[in-house]
Amino acid sequence: MAGLELLSDQGYRVDGRRAGELRKIQARMGVFAQADGSAYIEQGNTKALAVVYGPHEIRGSRSRALPDRALVNCQYSSATFSTGERKRRPHGDRKSCEMGLQLRQTFEAAILTQLHPRSQIDIYVQVLQADGGTYAACVNAATLAVLDAGIPMRDFVCACSAGFVDGTALADLSHVEEAAGGPQLALALLPASGQIALLEMDARLHEDHLEWVLEAAAQAARDVHTLLDRVVRQHVHEASILLGD
Amino acid sequence: MKETPLSNCERRFLLRAIEEKKRLDGRQTYDYRNIKISFGTDYGCCIVELGKTRVLGQVSCELVAPKLNRATEGILFFNLELSQMAAPSFEPGRQSDLLVKLNRLLERCLRNSKCIDTESLCVVAGEKSRGLNSDPCAYQVWQIRVDLHLLNHDGNIIDAASIAAIVALCHFRRPDVSVQGEEVTLYTPEERDPVALSIHHMPICVSFAFFQQGTYLLVDPNEREERVMDGLLVIAMNKHREICTIQSSGGIMLLKDQVLRCSKIAGVKVAEITELIQKALENDQKVRKEGGKFGFAESIANQRITTFKMEKAPIDTSDVEEKAEEIIAEAEPPSEVVSKPVLWTSGTAQIGEGVENSWGDLEDSEKDEDEGGSDEAVILDKMKMDTGVEVSDIGSQDAPIVLSDSEEEEMIILEPDKNPKKISTQTSAKQEKAPIKKPVKRRKKKRTAN
Repeated sequence: MAGLELLSDQGYRVDGRRAGELRKIQARMGVFAQADGSAYIEQGNTKALAVVYGPHEIRGSRSRALPDRALVNCQYSSATFSTGERKRRPHGDRKSCEMGLQLRQTFEAAILTQLHPRSQIDIYVQVLQADGGTYAACVNAATLAVLDAGIPMRDFVCACSAGFVDGTALADLSHVEEAAGGPQLALALLPASGQIALLEMDARLHEDHLEWVLEAAAQAARDVHTLLDRVVRQHVHEASILLGD
Repeated sequence: MKETPLSNCERRFLLRAIEEKKRLDGRQTYDYRNIKISFGTDYGCCIVELGKTRVLGQVSCELVAPKLNRATEGILFFNLELSQMAAPSFEPGRQSDLLVKLNRLLERCLRNSKCIDTESLCVVAGEKSRGLNSDPCAYQVWQIRVDLHLLNHDGNIIDAASIAAIVALCHFRRPDVSVQGEEVTLYTPEERDPVALSIHHMPICVSFAFFQQGTYLLVDPNEREERVMDGLLVIAMNKHREICTIQSSGGIMLLKDQVLRCSKIAGVKVAEITELIQKALENDQKVRKEGGKFGFAESIANQRITTFKMEKAPIDTSDVEEKAEEIIAEAEPPSEVVSKPVLWTSGTAQIGEGVENSWGDLEDSEKDEDEGGSDEAVILDKMKMDTGVEVSDIGSQDAPIVLSDSEEEEMIILEPDKNPKKISTQTSAKQEKAPIKKPVKRRKKKRTAN
């Protein structure tokens, strides 16, 4: 991988995209009949599935119930066949726990939990194929699933990853670009107000470049929002046709 | 033990104080607490105190076989433990969320930023293909293990832990090895001096706590402030102003310019802390070279072991004089003190007056007291005469005076409007008590009506 050029002289990346271009996004809502809400998203080769149950009564200990708002419980699991080499532990390891915590933090901020006191909302995310940008795909899938379940949210939560190579900020990193070891930023955004629900960055990035990378990620998240909005409207349109409007 | 919940009034108090830009320990918004770094006798052992938060870091090393897909690199392993002595709420089964978060943050900060050159940890480079005949001892790398233990929790664990980790790594010396063909010789510290690790840069975490939906921001929150905060933003930087990690947690909504502002503040803070670390390392190096005593016992001996130990708190006295002058100028002149001594008889004088008895109505309990003595009677008579004179002079004061020869106390009534001036004997004293609103009991002195 040493000689791989992440950004060519003409400005093309490894998979032929431009610096600020997203991968192709395809999504469907309502894939499972059993769950309250479900969604499936494909971002390039990254495939993620999200399922939402709730709001329902708190399972387990009643003492965890919050008197004024709902409890959001997120679990992240990535299939053993999702990465190039077979993974031994799909869930329960530190990285999956951390992802679950981050998803929870993101959605606790976005869902209007005050409307459902003393109840619980479960969000389960499963990654079927991981080709970079897994956190972003999980957040996007979970947003669609929560919307499918009819749980009120402040706004869409759109996420995208961004990196920095050769003085240019790249949006929506693939696995090859992530593994190269450069700085990677994951951003979850509420597009209407521009508020950042979660910000996470790894590897060294000079402070002066932070602004460009943040801006690239924010712009990419807004592009994702346009696409997700279209998906939701399409779904509602189909559902209303079936109901015989 | 479950964590004691924070009371609402304390929460309100803290938030109000933060709104007025005040912190409970007197720091400014962007101030860090005192950082103290002390080293143990072995290389690679240090204790970092950030205010009262204390973290112990220990680095150890071992020769192991490398990971299969990274055969030419050493292995770094980080582990932070929240010891039960740090806070009563830390119990073996209860801390998982916080523990996972802190551990992952430390790992990302120190491993992904490549602060340590892992390739220099490789002793014998291995081959990527692993056949059945390959001898696992043929390729070996160093595994560096950093163990951090939280000894006392007073807020901002992540900052203290990151400082402890990097200081311990900088302080650590690994044994020297030499490779001759297939032979690997490991030298003990007596044979050859141990070698330091090659560290590219020192990433340090800076925590920002947000309050009131992101309106207010504090650097280095202590434990109380952490309880009332909305969320935390951690930025890890090194002194070259390269950001190693950013992590926002707690569900706060940030804006882009807030993040950029925080990164600038973090740059300044990291420069200060890095300087401190360098100084501490140099000091320790010097002490060891000169053959002086070093180790934890030495650094703790400087502090006296007392129950109450207060560190010096800096107080701003620059404008004390002006403030004092202002206060003096605005203050009212002191009230006049009447202090003429009155000589009643030879051997008996009165200076000033007593203070009004503020114990309230104590008639019943004082009836049994003995105030007898002929002297008393004489004095009383005298005083009565005096008051009698005064009362007539000051016509508005219609305080009736109860004179009695009894050994009980005398009572002087001070309600001139209500009670007409009366001089009556003891027998009618009780009847007079009824309309009295504010009886003033006197024992030995008589209050001269003013």
